[in-house]
Amino acid sequence: MSCTIIEAENISHRYGPIRALDGFSARLDGGITALLGPNGAGKTTLIELILGIRAIQTGAIEVLGGAPSDPLVRHRIGAMLQISGVPGTLTVNELLGWFASFYPQPRHLDEVRELAGLSGLSDRRFDRLSGGQKQRLLFALALIGQPQLLVLDEPTTGLDPSARRGLWQAIRNHADEGGAVLLCTHYLDEADRLADRVLVINQGRLLISGTPEDIRRQVPNKRIRCRTRLAKGELTSFDDVISVQVDQDRVELLTADAEAVTARLLAADPALEGLEITGADLETAFLHLTDTKDLAA
Amino acid sequence: MIIRIESHPAWQGIQAQWLNLWRMPAYSLPTLIFPVAFYVFFGLLMLRGQALWLLCTFATFGVMGAALFSFGVGVAMERAQGWWRLLKATPVPFASILVGKLFGAMLFGLIIVVMMAVLAAWFGEVRLPRSQWLGLAAMLVAGTVPFALFGLALGLLLSPNAAPAVVNIIYLPLGFLSGLWVPVTMFPDWLETLAAWLPPYHLAALALKLTGQIPGSMTLHWLVLLVYTVVFAAAAWLGWRRFTGS
Repeated sequence: MSCTIIEAENISHRYGPIRALDGFSARLDGGITALLGPNGAGKTTLIELILGIRAIQTGAIEVLGGAPSDPLVRHRIGAMLQISGVPGTLTVNELLGWFASFYPQPRHLDEVRELAGLSGLSDRRFDRLSGGQKQRLLFALALIGQPQLLVLDEPTTGLDPSARRGLWQAIRNHADEGGAVLLCTHYLDEADRLADRVLVINQGRLLISGTPEDIRRQVPNKRIRCRTRLAKGELTSFDDVISVQVDQDRVELLTADAEAVTARLLAADPALEGLEITGADLETAFLHLTDTKDLAA
Repeated sequence: MIIRIESHPAWQGIQAQWLNLWRMPAYSLPTLIFPVAFYVFFGLLMLRGQALWLLCTFATFGVMGAALFSFGVGVAMERAQGWWRLLKATPVPFASILVGKLFGAMLFGLIIVVMMAVLAAWFGEVRLPRSQWLGLAAMLVAGTVPFALFGLALGLLLSPNAAPAVVNIIYLPLGFLSGLWVPVTMFPDWLETLAAWLPPYHLAALALKLTGQIPGSMTLHWLVLLVYTVVFAAAAWLGWRRFTGS
């Protein structure tokens, strides 16, 4: 669990004028690590650099003790990427067999079908699989080489809840057998349920890293609105309030602990009106995080 | 260590390519049937006396199309689908993927040449010594290489929406201007000069010289095709670098 799986040092990457990564550094040990961030945070670029799909512009990355482009390193990695359209006319078995030929010690096809929940679909063509089955096939392709490290980019996007839980279980099984997982996601609950460690990335930088509990405390995932006579300065001084915005007569607070903050609000201003608590999406949360407090330290 | 051919990634790639083409008749049949149908119409019905000449030029047209479409359009699509990204994340040497595609295109080329040759022999009374039949097929199939690289460069440099249109725009005029439909000797002088710069002209000239339709040495034609192979390979390399973002 303690050996270093990925070490990224001061990675910057740009596409023309767009800066996708901006001095990203992190170290990953075993277990399940979630890379959490809103769309456009730089997650996919980082994954492409880790997998050697893109060449590194500045900085350095070491994966499983070697360079991402080294075939011997890649033998030990399995990847599941977003929008992987595989040749639609090939069957599940043909695709698995083809990918098995890439690795020195591939899993048995029976075993991998079982692991990914594809039993009974051996001869089904890829273009005739359902959305969930396609995702599972891509997961199976990632597992076929008995990888030490699984890299999964938004693996559960577009899955129904039961398929999602199935995939979570399979990911957890891989980690229980001693494998490492890098899971890229923009779902906070996915990171929360699966990961041993979460890296929060926004605007190409590492914002926070820690256990899911650490992150939950720091990422404002609830939005409280109300009309109150309390001043902005007073509200900002509340514990657990991460940001305060005043919009005419209403205030808007972002927090990770809506219950505690609401209790304090009501205690401080019994005349408070129009209380409303809603979930804040990650995009909003991160916008406030970067605006208000520097939590990277 | 024993290397089992059936589990080698290159062989698996070739198989996958064939299966994919075989199961996509909407794509495969036009590539196979059109050049053969053109040959039947022009070479065997309209200009019966020219059956051998037109066999050489239309077979060139056919193998060029198989290579340009399978690479130009196929690569652009597979790239857009994210398939190439996924393959790039695996340890497979990308060359084995490209070799698989090349064999697919060559097999298609061979099928086209054989269909035309059989029709030419049966209905066009074309008679050639066995060595020339075999030489013609081998030469044309080998001639797919520069066009495959041309297609690869287009597939890497063009967007998936643009690729089919651009390949179609290139394919027909390139064939016509290279004298595959009408012999270049019937072109105005300036057009004849232009033809001598185009790769299909040289592949067709090789076939015509092999079968004794025109006299002269083949060296120059091989050289020109070789130069084009290098140029297209360089363009494909540029496209590859752009694809990998380096």
